[in-house]
Amino acid sequence: MSAPAPAPSERHAPTRPLVEAVNVTKSFGHNQVLRGIDLTVDPGEVVCLLGASGSGKTTFLRCINQLESIDGGRIWVDGELMGYRERDGRLHRLKDAEVAAQRREIGMVFQRFNLFPHKTVLENICEAPVVVQRRPRGQVREEALRLLDQVGLEDKPHEYPASLSGGQQQRVAIARALAMQPKLMLFDEPTSALDPELVGDVLAVMRDLAEQGMTMVVVTHEMAFAREVADRVVFMDAGVVVEQGSPAEVLQSPREERTRSFLSRVTKEHAPAVEHVPEQVRHRGAQR
Amino acid sequence: MTGDPTATPERGGPAQQERPGRIDAVPVRHPLRWLAVGAISVLVAMFVHLLVTNPAFNWPFVLEITFSAPVLRGLAVGTLFVTLLAMVVGIVMGVLLAVMRLSPNPVLSTVSFVFVWFFRAVPRLVLLTIMGTMGVVFRDGLALGVPFDQQIMGLLGLDGDWRFLTLDANQIFMGVTGGAIGLGLSEAAYMAEIARAGILSVDKGQTEAAEALGMDRGSTMRRIVLPQAMRVIVPPTGNEIISMVKDTSLLIGLPLTTELFFQLRTIGSRTFQIFPVLVSACLWYLAVCSLLMIGQYYLERYFNRGFGTRRAPVGQREEAPA
Repeated sequence: MSAPAPAPSERHAPTRPLVEAVNVTKSFGHNQVLRGIDLTVDPGEVVCLLGASGSGKTTFLRCINQLESIDGGRIWVDGELMGYRERDGRLHRLKDAEVAAQRREIGMVFQRFNLFPHKTVLENICEAPVVVQRRPRGQVREEALRLLDQVGLEDKPHEYPASLSGGQQQRVAIARALAMQPKLMLFDEPTSALDPELVGDVLAVMRDLAEQGMTMVVVTHEMAFAREVADRVVFMDAGVVVEQGSPAEVLQSPREERTRSFLSRVTKEHAPAVEHVPEQVRHRGAQR
Repeated sequence: MTGDPTATPERGGPAQQERPGRIDAVPVRHPLRWLAVGAISVLVAMFVHLLVTNPAFNWPFVLEITFSAPVLRGLAVGTLFVTLLAMVVGIVMGVLLAVMRLSPNPVLSTVSFVFVWFFRAVPRLVLLTIMGTMGVVFRDGLALGVPFDQQIMGLLGLDGDWRFLTLDANQIFMGVTGGAIGLGLSEAAYMAEIARAGILSVDKGQTEAAEALGMDRGSTMRRIVLPQAMRVIVPPTGNEIISMVKDTSLLIGLPLTTELFFQLRTIGSRTFQIFPVLVSACLWYLAVCSLLMIGQYYLERYFNRGFGTRRAPVGQREEAPA
């Protein structure tokens, strides 16, 4: 379970960064959510984005794979400018099909899983590789069963998502994203909608993935996960990166006052939060 | 009353008393229900008495005309076949119009809006009557070719035209095709609204998940959104089919005469047996709509897959935690 994170020497190989964001800004109406984000993620690195709700971390994550368009700045993934093409000194917006092609390289896991409810677990995983990448169905199916084994759900290929627990659904969602063989995995609060006793299974899958060398950007409130798995922790507040560094630096001895106050609030609230969250989740489960 | 046995000491805790066993309680009585059953029984008996004894029903005659050749032909062609064609036109166009309406392309969404605006406003009887006059409007037939060909040829000082195929407008806009087009266009306007509601009912997270997997807009709509929208689309569509079966009686506006109700009324006016033909019509419409309701049940069950607790047909039956 608690395997060490990849050694620092592995991370800072002399390759170009996999994700490079420069001065990214984004507004919803008059509400400026991102106020100039600079962030680089190296291949194989696991970066956790921390911050209070409303700090812009989820929005930034969604900007990386263009679920939100950005108003300013640039984002490159694997050297490719996201969403635009530079020609004759001007930026030209990419067509929908070109944006879709860029997204294929990036896996995304959502807070609310967003599995396709009308498809079985296996169909959920095989959908995009067959339809989008046009890989042969038999080969994709084999790969999907292997991925299900990897996330510990080898006995559920023919279940519909509604008959799975939240934790199982989220693990299927991770397998679904991995089936596209992405270079980069984005996790948007993957355990926030889960019963506390189910969080561990999902985090274990993510930890395995990190050990396999997957590049991951994780928006999370799981401090323990950030501490143990992340190579780098990025603290965001009010749409800017306030502080970043190794988990030890940022979580144990933060330099910035805002980081300190956030961390003290999170650790202080931790005990009541555990009592509070399952009540909400259980309520949601009862409606199903 | 209270779940805490210590709060009511006079009843004693489980230790002092025998633990309560199987409940054998006296049910609540419903005298008013029995009164209602009595009253309704009397009314039903009166109705049956009317059906059996009133000579206006003339049951032997009803039986005879209900299965007579022209009536069966009218049922098959005008009622059932036109319903089928019109609903195919209506559903296909309706879903297309709904997708157009929700498209970010302003041209498509405006075209869809105008179509729905027009065809929802015009009554079906009026629309069918208009279809019947199309032969007059397109006196020279409907031609496929270059638009404004004769004007362009005229400007160039040439004679003749650029038309590849000319169809007789009377053949297109009359009869079964005319009825199917008229009713189908009208239906498309209603189906567009139903399909739009269905598409909007699908969680936005579904589109995002599909987009994040690199699916394009078309595949996302076809493979992810529409199948889920069908859960919401199917029940009102069942209603629309049933309405359409009944609205085929408007085909007389076209006029299309090989249709159930027109055939029955013709028999009625020929034999002066006005009432029995109406009974026969009601029986046929009841029969057709009952069959459609059964079909709708199975269709709804199919599109609900994954939303109940049922599994995929193959696979293991091991219980998953809720």
